[in-house]
Amino acid sequence: MARQVTSKRKALNTVLAWGIGLLIFFPILWTILTSFKTEAQAINDPPIFLFFDWTLENYQVVQERSNYGRFLWNSVIIAGGSTLLGTAIAIPAAWSMAFVPSKRTKDILLWMLSTKMLPAVGVLYPIYLLFIRMGILDTRVGLVVVIMLINLPIIIWMLYTYFKEIPGEILEAARMDGASLKEEVLYVLTPMAVPGIASTILLNIILAWNEAFWTLNLTAAKAAPLTSFIASYSSPEGLFYAKLSAASTMAIAPILILGWFSQKQLVRGLTFGAVK
Amino acid sequence: MNNALRAATALTLIAAGGAYADTITIATVNNGDMVRMQGLTEDFTKKTGHTVEWVTLEENVLRQRVTTDISTNGGQFDIMTIGMYETPIWAQNGWLVELDDLPESYDVDDILPAMRGGLSYDNTLYAAPFYGESSMIMYRTDLMEKAGLEMPESPSWDFIVDAANKMTDKENEIYGICLRGKAGWGENMAFLTATSNAFGARWFDENWQAQFDTEEWANTLNFYVDLMTEAGPPGASNNGFNENLSLFQQGKCGMWIDATVAASFVTNPDDSTVADKVGFALAPNTGLGKNSNWLWAWALAIPAGTDNEDAAKQFIEWATSKEYIELVAENEGWANVPPGARKSLYENENYQAVPFSDMTLKSILSADPLNPTVESVPYVGVQFVAIPEFAGFATEVGQEFSAALAGQQTVEEALEKAQALTTDAMEAAGY
Amino acid sequence: MATQHSRSAARMMMAPAVVLLLGWMLVPLIMTLYFSFKKYLPLRGGDLGWIGFDNYVRFVSSSAFWPSVSATLIIVGGVLTITVVLGVLLALMLDQPIWGQGIVRILVIAPFFVMPTVSALVWKNMFMDPVNGLFAHLWKFFGAEPIAWLTEVPLSSIVMIVSWQWLPFATLILLTAIQSLDSEQIEAAEMDGAPIIKRFWFIVLPHLGRAITVVVLIQTIFLLSVFAEIFVTTQGAFGTKTLSYLIYQRVLESQNVGLGSAGGVYAIILANIVAIFLMRMVGKNLDA
Repeated sequence: MARQVTSKRKALNTVLAWGIGLLIFFPILWTILTSFKTEAQAINDPPIFLFFDWTLENYQVVQERSNYGRFLWNSVIIAGGSTLLGTAIAIPAAWSMAFVPSKRTKDILLWMLSTKMLPAVGVLYPIYLLFIRMGILDTRVGLVVVIMLINLPIIIWMLYTYFKEIPGEILEAARMDGASLKEEVLYVLTPMAVPGIASTILLNIILAWNEAFWTLNLTAAKAAPLTSFIASYSSPEGLFYAKLSAASTMAIAPILILGWFSQKQLVRGLTFGAVK
Repeated sequence: MNNALRAATALTLIAAGGAYADTITIATVNNGDMVRMQGLTEDFTKKTGHTVEWVTLEENVLRQRVTTDISTNGGQFDIMTIGMYETPIWAQNGWLVELDDLPESYDVDDILPAMRGGLSYDNTLYAAPFYGESSMIMYRTDLMEKAGLEMPESPSWDFIVDAANKMTDKENEIYGICLRGKAGWGENMAFLTATSNAFGARWFDENWQAQFDTEEWANTLNFYVDLMTEAGPPGASNNGFNENLSLFQQGKCGMWIDATVAASFVTNPDDSTVADKVGFALAPNTGLGKNSNWLWAWALAIPAGTDNEDAAKQFIEWATSKEYIELVAENEGWANVPPGARKSLYENENYQAVPFSDMTLKSILSADPLNPTVESVPYVGVQFVAIPEFAGFATEVGQEFSAALAGQQTVEEALEKAQALTTDAMEAAGY
Repeated sequence: MATQHSRSAARMMMAPAVVLLLGWMLVPLIMTLYFSFKKYLPLRGGDLGWIGFDNYVRFVSSSAFWPSVSATLIIVGGVLTITVVLGVLLALMLDQPIWGQGIVRILVIAPFFVMPTVSALVWKNMFMDPVNGLFAHLWKFFGAEPIAWLTEVPLSSIVMIVSWQWLPFATLILLTAIQSLDSEQIEAAEMDGAPIIKRFWFIVLPHLGRAITVVVLIQTIFLLSVFAEIFVTTQGAFGTKTLSYLIYQRVLESQNVGLGSAGGVYAIILANIVAIFLMRMVGKNLDA
């Protein structure tokens, strides 16, 4: 509904929007700034904004203490793997719900979403015991599966809403031309749904990246991702704001950068088909 | 050449059936001394050939992690960092490997008896102390002087109140006393339980009946809340060890009663703005014969059933040895060695020169886990009760006390709730 | 187009997802139910036999139960209200033509990328700390007494932290919805001389109904199990113990798996009650 407005009004709006945008972003900015301070400067009274001695010391200390690369790699594998696996399982399911709907489709969808409401803490022991039995504690495979299952309902729902917007006639036409079901999904539907699939993948990578309960409790040394990396800096003895900030920046930077570069896709991903 | 030789040796050893180079996984807490140990791992690898994977976690997360793992026999860790509270309970369940075959050179008799006792079950050692602590008063000598007072070696709580009020200067953000207020069995309840001992209170009577409805507990809690309201920092009910440490280092506390290990942090000029103005004294008393100090050790234990028991034992021998202490002293100075575990450390002249060594030892020696209270009790533990349910209900009690400190409920209400929920938890446990 | 053939094919294609989710739901659920009827104390020898409904009775009769239900609902309700209201306002603002719209949009969605643990740690230490926090400095600068956020207004503080994390999500969905609004309709209303508030109330808001439903639905699912933010900030003190935190305390701190499992069953019941409400709403508003 964007319309022509006077440039005076535009200037006013710009100032307001930037002000609020910066306000919302400020906690992140402050964390990044603090990560370049010394511990003493980090708690200086009054707080220092920009004019301090910029230092990389905190990053060095953090890197020396924990092997950031390994945590990062585990996060990438777990977030990426679970999302891809989930998408692969979700595409056919979402397709059939969108194009061959039955009376129960809606119930099934909502039931799927409701499985996300189980409180994780309540089932920690059962799941832990199960993981021991299956020998997948502290493995990336185990985590990929769990995180995939956690996000699967969201993936299915998002894909479903995209698929539904694809006109059924196109599929009919393909079928007339003698396309098999497989070909129909692979060559007709999927290309049309690529933007939707891309945003679904993006959003779920973020959700998987930030999952902090199972990734922490089902790992030890080998498969521990960045959530576990953060847990070793959260409240140590002594002054820790600067080091915590450095570790936090390192933990959120990759996903922040990914998010920024793929902003357009993501924005679409976040709509959940809420917009016709 | 060297490498080839090494590889050859390795091969021979493997052929002989001995695992030459294992990788052990160690779960530990992110305290300064442990982080230092992590930094020195190379020395261990050089000596034994074994490599170490560290899982360093914040205390609460660590506890959640290791408890889940050990009680389900998950086998994720070869060594766990645990405390005096867990050791006897886990040992009783048969979850820990006995440490009764330590070599002569380790000199197990050198471990301070209080620590050894607290980490044993049925007279067998199950966890080796990495460092031990009691609690004591750390105070600002300059502020004490300004207040016109002199800190006795073993002050009474009345003296502390007087001094705290005189030192407080809220305009300049100087608070007479900083004490733990953050809820948790290892946070405010460690402090309050130890304090209540000096006031003649106890958790349970001989028949395991909760005692929060007694006069002694009312006195303890009223005293604490009044003192903190008068002379404590703002938001004290969210301050735990770390928060208070940082306040003290910034020069905002006149006195701080907390773990003896904090002494090396507050006197370290790199981190502390008041490093040269800190004095030490024994934790206060009320003249009933018990001081308000606790006893704790962070110790290394091996879960039963690990595949790497031998390598894990070698690590424990290395990390809790006299040589390790010397290694740290060489690298970081004597003030930074892990304290409170070995007698020989306190006989060392270099260490005696450290300003807080004497008071630390005296504090540790004055704590008696077997007779922690004025009246007799059925439990072991100074600032905790060594039963499995304690961590749970003590944290809940801690939350009630924390809310009382924050002014969200009265002391009477807090005690009433504490009594009810402790009784309920004990019932659920089958007492 | 729904022939018999495609129907059975559709069922085949749904099968993996349905089977997996059914397993992911049933296995833990059955194990939770099993444990909830047992006296199961890992530190006292593990399985100590069947005890009927004892755990259920004990969990509800604990003085912490009802406060935890209400804390859960307050957090969910509070965050939903704040994110929807502010989200609508922000979306309206971002919809206006401004310079640097792309960058502003990036700034606004950034909090969504931050791990809950990190955001809780940052807020707790660097903003809400009553001595070293930025808010304390700000308050002092204006001559006011700093607030000990997490002890004086703990629930609101947590609602604030969680809202900050979820505001971008709400804003973006609502923004996309507003952008799809037919501008001719607005212009026509403008011509008719309808005041701005009326225009918003009768044209914009109804159009947003569906988007708001989506925001509410997705957020509720995540908010019901808020845990990390509480674990990091107050550890359940000062009335911030939610149902999932209470279960955590029973299972991990008190080491009473049976009791915690009974709590888990209650949490599932609560989630389902909320879900039924939601689905009524969704059924009406979301043409799924």
